[in-house]
Amino acid sequence: MSEKKKLDLNRVSMPKQEPLVRKKNFSEVALGYTEEQALREASRCIQCKKSSCIDGCPVDIDIPGFIRAISEGNMPEAVRVLKDKNSLPGICGRVCPQETQCEMTCALAKKGAPIAIGRLERYVADWERYHPEIIGQQKNCARFNGKRVAVVGSGPAGLTCAAELAKLGYGVTIFEALHVAGGVLMYGIPEFRLPKDIVQAEANYVRSLSEEIKFDQVIGKIATVDDLLGNGFDAVFLAPGAGAPMFLNIPGENLSGIYSANEFLTRTNLMKAYAFPEYDTPIKVGKEVVVFGGGNVAMDASRCALRLGAGKVYIIYRRSRVEMPARAEERDNAEEEGIVFKLLTNPKRFIGDEQGRVKAVELYEMELGEPDESGRRRPIPKPNTEFIMEIDTAIVALGTRPNPIIPSTTKGLELTRWGTIITDDATGRTSKEGVWCGGDMATGAATVISAMGAGKRAAVDIDAYLQGKS
Amino acid sequence: MYRILDREDLTSEIHLLKIEAPGVARKAQAGQFIIVRIDEKGERIPLTIADWDGKEGSVTIVFMEVGTSTRKLAVLNTGDSIVDFVGPLGRPTEIEQFGTVVCVAGGFAIATIVPIARAMRKAGNRVVSIMGFRTKDLVFWEERLGSVSDELIVTTDDGSYKRKGLVTEPLKELLQETRIGRVIAIGPTVMMKFCSLTTKPFGVKTIVSLNPIMVDGTGMCGCCRVSIGGETKFACVDGPDFDGHEVDWDLLMKRQRTYLDEEKESLELWKKKMAGAIVNE
Ligand SMILES: Cc1cc2nc3c(=O)[nH]c(=O)nc-3n(C[C@H](O)[C@H](O)[C@H](O)COP(=O)(O)OP(=O)(O)OC[C@H]3O[C@@H](n4cnc5c(N)ncnc54)[C@H](O)[C@@H]3O)c2cc1C
Ligand SMILES: Cc1cc2nc3c(=O)[nH]c(=O)nc-3n(C[C@H](O)[C@H](O)[C@H](O)COP(=O)(O)OP(=O)(O)OC[C@H]3O[C@@H](n4cnc5c(N)ncnc54)[C@H](O)[C@@H]3O)c2cc1C
Ligand code: SF4
Ligand code: FES
Repeated sequence: MSEKKKLDLNRVSMPKQEPLVRKKNFSEVALGYTEEQALREASRCIQCKKSSCIDGCPVDIDIPGFIRAISEGNMPEAVRVLKDKNSLPGICGRVCPQETQCEMTCALAKKGAPIAIGRLERYVADWERYHPEIIGQQKNCARFNGKRVAVVGSGPAGLTCAAELAKLGYGVTIFEALHVAGGVLMYGIPEFRLPKDIVQAEANYVRSLSEEIKFDQVIGKIATVDDLLGNGFDAVFLAPGAGAPMFLNIPGENLSGIYSANEFLTRTNLMKAYAFPEYDTPIKVGKEVVVFGGGNVAMDASRCALRLGAGKVYIIYRRSRVEMPARAEERDNAEEEGIVFKLLTNPKRFIGDEQGRVKAVELYEMELGEPDESGRRRPIPKPNTEFIMEIDTAIVALGTRPNPIIPSTTKGLELTRWGTIITDDATGRTSKEGVWCGGDMATGAATVISAMGAGKRAAVDIDAYLQGKS
Repeated sequence: MYRILDREDLTSEIHLLKIEAPGVARKAQAGQFIIVRIDEKGERIPLTIADWDGKEGSVTIVFMEVGTSTRKLAVLNTGDSIVDFVGPLGRPTEIEQFGTVVCVAGGFAIATIVPIARAMRKAGNRVVSIMGFRTKDLVFWEERLGSVSDELIVTTDDGSYKRKGLVTEPLKELLQETRIGRVIAIGPTVMMKFCSLTTKPFGVKTIVSLNPIMVDGTGMCGCCRVSIGGETKFACVDGPDFDGHEVDWDLLMKRQRTYLDEEKESLELWKKKMAGAIVNE
């Protein structure tokens, strides 16, 4: 072998459950690298001086650093480097869209074979979970500095902000509306893509750093933001996500058997309706299921429906495949499992039976016109193309918008016309003194890692503010 | 965990639990509800706040045994705990001076209408309450509702106690005899529907407390959607109180029946478990 290593362009693929097997279970689809596979993939990294991968990472992980530690077989070091910048690596390694972030800016991307950074990140996080005796809970928190911060919401933005502030010595209390921590990671993203014990392990790590996570606390109802500020909290970080579902607003949409994706996924993932009647929450799926939308949420809902026993599941999307906002990997997984894509198709109305259950949907075809504000070609209805499709269940996955409970009960918070809280992106500051915001509530529905980045930036600014003030 | 401080059986099927929940007790207002999850495998079900005590830090709920969750609740005793108790949710009932207010209640709602009648009276209204039961054995809280009303009318379907007939009959008479500023009707869906139909020709605004199936109770799932004057609303955040003349009752009743088969299956399993538990003792 020559001194200079030859470029290895064989990306190590991810072992997965076979489509025919996995479509019948809720176990994780991607199985994770073996040690040998991880070493092989890590050794492909050429350790660039100007590591362009880091430019693509919203939380500035020292990517070549942790990859080097893997290839040197120093796993505790890999964990340390990774966790230095990311307190939820087992989650990010699984659900971040690396193909548009670090893997897109990786030097080897130009050769069509970027390092599989996400898969390696996952490998390191999983290694840590299997070796708690080696790492232990790395709790290097500063001593309590006498100041308290309330964090509202325990999704990725809230958890990250809480962890960062706790490390700096703040007394952090997280207020969560639901009965578990994790936000969308628990109620939205399904078990087969993100096992819930991993979310809980990472949430428990944050919990071990902070003072407390209080569940069943709907802020705006049991206490307002002003109540928090008046009762011993020096600052409030708002991270309640964008949880309110959007509907199609077409006739028949309130028939039974028509779910928002939020309801369908919450029943399935959070309430474990897939284990009904052992668990008390029911869900109805039937034989023919249609899912409206083209994003990750639509993919997740359709793949859940399949696993709950649906005979045939269709994704109905009004644009074409290239405009689908879902991650390519998840779209391909869905197709492999047998989900049928009906593209350039839109619903007109739902038709019910005498019991008020949905029995059919009227659809029509679309075609693509000129690009719209989003840069994607605008879909336009094709006249006289209506047709009826018989269905048992419909799931509407059109996206979500902010829940007004907090804004409507907090004086002095300025909102955008979409209902998101106006927030300075660099600091997370809102128009209200002592109140910061981040994650989907500030940006509208986005990604796990962008929510985490916002949580981090807010923690830095809250610290600066509270120190300056003292 | 939320501890049960007290339990009382109001009838053989209607029970009262007083729960330790200081945060909820501090903020509760008449007409709001809470969501409970009884155990780790439980579903989330909404129940109206029937009473609260800020000093003691307690919230009282009154419920009727219908399916698995309410039966699971019914076997709990003082000192036991439930895993989740979320609230206070929903908008409070609009309390203002309307003149004469008629409060109509049936079934478990006799208990939940008490704080509303109390608040209406405190706001300077003359409160006439009508409570309806199927039969004499099911009558409860006659005195309690009476103590917060200026006038109380009790009906039984079979005439075994006080006035025979449905609540809509005395309601209609009142509407014919006096000027009524507002009607509040809470109880089984059919009862609320017929009260609304009764008041409609008189043009008296009638507030009903809708009870669609819910999951989160915070506006996140859309399971609780109801149609009000042709517009879709989420009962958990936009309600549960709505103008009874605007409600699409047919839709509400159909949506309530979405899981009839599953509810039956779940109840069978629970009954089997309970039978097993008794055998094992
Ligand atoms: C089905 C689905 C799949 C997705 N897949 C991906 C993916 O593969 N990759 C990716 O990067 N992103 C994905 N996303 C998007 C991503 O999950 C979100 O962008 C991210 O979770 C936002 O984080 P957050 O912390 O802002 O809010 P959330 O995760 O929404 O958490 C907010 C938390 O606040 C709580 N809360 C809300 N209101 C209150 C209140 N009033 N008081 C107290 N607590 C409150 C909520 O219960 C929740 O726990 C997906 C989203 C969905 C719905
Ligand atoms: C805002 C609101 C306030 C309520 N207040 C009271 C109260 O104070 N006392 C009382 O006895 N009942 C109340 N209810 C009704 C109560 O929630 C249901 O009786 C209970 O959920 C039934 O659960 P189950 O498992 O015992 O019965 P199941 O056998 O599961 O269901 C019986 C019927 O109850 C309804 N139901 C089932 N699941 C739910 C759910 N998750 N949410 C709502 N309804 C459901 C359905 O229509 C169903 O057909 C209220 C409902 C709402 C929406
Ligand atoms: S850009 Fe790619 S090859 Fe270079 S250090 Fe980062 S991961 Fe390794
Ligand atoms: S119960 Fe989920 S939105 Fe009302």
